[in-house]
Order: sequence, then structure tokens, then C-alpha cells
Amino acid sequence: MKHFVRLLNIEFYKIKHHKLSRILFIAYFVLLSGIALIAAIKFDIGHVEIHLAEQGIFNFPYIWHFNTWVADFLTFFLAIIVVSMVTNEYSYRTVKQNLIDGMSKKEFVLSKFYFLVALSLLATVFVFVMSLILGLSYSDYTSSGIIFKDIYFLVAFFLKLLGVFSFIMFLGFLFKRSAIALGFFFIWMIVEGIFYGLLRWKLFDKELAENISQFFPYTAIKNLLPEPITRLNAAKNLGKQIGEHIDKFEGVLLLNFIIVGVWITTFVYFSYKILKKRDL
Amino acid sequence: MSNILQVTDLTKTFGKLTAVDRLSFTIEKGHVYGLLGPNGSGKSTTLGMILNVVNKTAGDFKWFEGTLTTQEALKRIGAIIERPNFYPYMTAWQNLNLVCKIKEIPNQTIDEKLEIVGLSDRKHDKFKTYSLGMKQRLAIASSLLNNPEMLILDEPTNGLDPKGIHEIRKIIKTIADQGTTIILASHLLDEVEKVCDQVIILQKGKKIFEGKVSDISLQTFWYEILVDQPEKTKEILLNHSDIQEVVIENNLLKVFPKTKALTGKDLNEFLAKQGCYLESLVKKQPRLEDEFLKITA
Repeated sequence: MKHFVRLLNIEFYKIKHHKLSRILFIAYFVLLSGIALIAAIKFDIGHVEIHLAEQGIFNFPYIWHFNTWVADFLTFFLAIIVVSMVTNEYSYRTVKQNLIDGMSKKEFVLSKFYFLVALSLLATVFVFVMSLILGLSYSDYTSSGIIFKDIYFLVAFFLKLLGVFSFIMFLGFLFKRSAIALGFFFIWMIVEGIFYGLLRWKLFDKELAENISQFFPYTAIKNLLPEPITRLNAAKNLGKQIGEHIDKFEGVLLLNFIIVGVWITTFVYFSYKILKKRDL
Repeated sequence: MSNILQVTDLTKTFGKLTAVDRLSFTIEKGHVYGLLGPNGSGKSTTLGMILNVVNKTAGDFKWFEGTLTTQEALKRIGAIIERPNFYPYMTAWQNLNLVCKIKEIPNQTIDEKLEIVGLSDRKHDKFKTYSLGMKQRLAIASSLLNNPEMLILDEPTNGLDPKGIHEIRKIIKTIADQGTTIILASHLLDEVEKVCDQVIILQKGKKIFEGKVSDISLQTFWYEILVDQPEKTKEILLNHSDIQEVVIENNLLKVFPKTKALTGKDLNEFLAKQGCYLESLVKKQPRLEDEFLKITA
């Protein structure tokens, strides 16, 4: 524990003095708080008035799914902090100095990873508190059994953040340049989509293609938080009217968590291997 | 414990290039070592390997006679490799505070070390606003934070103006005078000559000389004699059994002895007996720079 605190303290010290990281960090939490504003949005379409908060998006237990899914859109802000915290060490050549000062390569990577864990945890706790407040304010159901049902979405959200951050940290160590690392991450997202398309095309079997692609790193991370809109009653009703069963949500499988856990371990391990193998 | 570092057959190859070739040396406590060599001789690579930032290809090195791991040893020494590397967005004080956290030492000594290097009045300025000389001084302050048992300085005066060089040299001299073991990698030979008592010369990754700075300078010496009749005196001198060679340069006789045993007094007495009286006699030793150029030629 002492080791964890020391390394986390070192990394936090580096980040807290970095202006861009501070701005992005504050922007993330300010924008995250903006989810609460959705509650206030009312659409006036002719004679139809839609108040989003009344559509059930803040109902327990659905709120855990909806809020984590929306919060996930803001991950990019934190991803920039993550990639720059790695690549800056190379551009400032401080990675070399940190090692000369007595940090081992393992400690160096672990200090970054511990920070990612803390960052993911902080964002998750924030979403939890915000969702709890919104749910208690707007939900039609507030019995404790219902409130904490589906709370595993917070675990999925935490793991998704940690998965994305670990992936980006690994790319930061690999490419040593923020723009290249982030660029590669986006290209990789597309590449996985293309692989999935090729699998479907070659195998003529959607289910088999999905079973294979769920092991791809980005797909595995993405699968932790499937889209929640089709679970809404309004969406289901709309589906019925057009004769389609659009609620395809089947929950998040334990296998998804395990796959992402394995990828996180892989990314951290290879970040260490890259640092160990390279001359600085 | 007299040995701080023992390097045995340390080797580093980059593809087909052997940057450091089976290098062995021992760093003993209380000495100031100069690591000399032309560009590309493997000085920085050697230091990089012992500081764990460059992976060795073969060989080994032991810190504190093998009682500490490299990582543990690094917390007890101070090192600056090439240019100073700090976080540009942090102030000098914040950067040193971070070093204290990494080295797991209290941060009370920061102000004292900044005072030593003359940066107290700029301690709250960001590192990116510093001149190269100030950055270098901050790096020295950083390496002193843990009162190191050994200091490794790689080209500490590189890129500095004469004033900056003078300041850094003064600081190094002060640290050396306090008995701290130092390895100073430099191509400024007069710096090494002034500060170091031991020298290791590298060329193409190989050690070509190791010993005292005084040894390297004393290995060859000559006498410069001013006389009325140089030609006649030369003939007389060549009859002396301890004299190797006599050269006349601008009426000045350069006398190269065969052995170190031949003193100026002996020479004076010998010539006086032959009826030659000297106007002046000066013992000359080559400068480290001359010897270095000769050795690495």
C-alpha cells in the first residue's frame, strides 16, 4: 500500500502542475456535470412537448446504464491527459532522469498505471454520486432493491475507462508522440470495424463474427457499455409501431469483463517491456 | 567499503557497431575520476549502462561491492547525463521536490542546495525560463540533494559560455574538495587536469589508459636549457648515459632523458663539470591535452 501511495503521489505531483492536464481535468468534470442538464431539456415539437427527464432516462436502475454511457463520450478529455503524461516524459527526457534518480522501470510504468486506476475510479465515483442524486430526484422507482440493481454498469464504466487509458498509455510508450498515439488509436478503432466486416463477409455468420471480434481490444472495451437508448420504453414503443423488436440489450457478459481485464494486463505489461527494452 | 563501482567486461553493441568493448575499471571511494575520450568513444554509453538507462549487451557492474542493486545504489548517488532534464512547466523548487519524492528523501535540503549553486533567488521560476547555465546548475543541485556518495557528471559544462563554465567548474571543485567521489566525463582536458586525480581514457569503446592524472603527465618530461653554445652543449649532453635525445629549437636545447631518475640538478652538475654554464634550466611536462592527443592519435 505504501508503495502504491508513493508512486501515485509522484505521478499526481507531475500532473497537478501541468496546466493543460488541469484544464482538461476540470473540463471533463464540468461537462460530466452537464449530464444533469439533460434533465432540464424540454423539446417543443408542434403540439408535442417532450421532457427528457420524464422519458425514464433517470429511472433506477436504467440510469446507471444511461449515465455511464453518456459519460463515456467525454473520455477523450482524460485520454489526452493520459497520452501526454507518457509522451511528455519522452519529449522532456524526464523518463531518463527519473530512472537515474532511482526509479525502476517497473515503478515508472506502475506509477502511470496507478494514476490511471485513480483517475478511472474518481470519474466512476463522480458518475455514481451524480446518478444517485439525479435518480433520487427524477426516478419513478426509489426502493433500495431497484436503486442498486444494474449497478454493475459502474464497474463496466470503470473498466472501460481503465481499458481505454491503458491502451492509450501503451501507445504513448510505443510511439512517444501524443498525436501519433491518439491517431493510431482512432485508426485502430476503424481497423477493428473493418476486420469485423471482413469476418462477416467471409464467414456469412453474424454471430460467429461477433464471437470472434469480441476478443479484439477496442471491441471488447466498447462491448462493456452497449448503447442504452433502445431499452427506453419510448424507443420500444416506436419499434412496435414500425413492427421491429429494437431492444437488443442482453446485458454485459462476465466474459466481457474478463477479456478487458486481460487486455489491460497486456497493455501494462507491454508498456513495461517497451521501456525495459529501449535504450534511453 | 572502498569500491563504489566495479565494472567488468562491460560491452554495448548497436547492430554491428561496438560502442563499448569489454570495458573494465574500478571506482574507489574518495577519488575524482576523469572519463576522457573523443566524441563517440563510448563515455556516455558507459555511464548510461551503469545508470540503467542503456541496456548492456554483455559484462557486468557492481555497485558498492554488490551489496546494493543498481536501483538502490542510484538513490545514494547523484548523476547528470548530457543536458539537464526537468519538467519545464514546474519551478526549480517543484522539480527538486519531485526528485526528493523519487529518491525518498526529505525535502528540507532543497533550499540549501539551491543556495550552493546560486539559484535561491530564482527557485520559484519555471524551469523553462532558465538559461542553459542555470539549468546545468539546477541539475547539480538536484544531484546533490541526497548528499551523494558519488557524483556522475557527463559533460557538465557542455554548451556553456566561459562564465558558465567557470561557475560550474568552481562548484565541482568545491564538491570534490569535500571528499565526494566523482566521475567526470568531459572532453575539456584542462578541466579534468584541474579537478581529477584519476583518469580513464576511452577510444572507440576501449580503455586505452587508466591511472593517475600525474602518471600520465609524468610519463614523459624533458628539460629546456638556454646556453651560449647550443651545438657544443648538445654534443656534450649526448655523451651522458641517461640522455636519450637532444633537440635544438630556436637556440633552446630540449633534453629528453632515458629515465625519470635524471634530475635537473644532475644535469646542471654534469654540464658545469664540462665547463658549460647554463643561463636557465626548466623541467617541462606535457599537458594532459598533449598526452591525450598522443594516446588517442
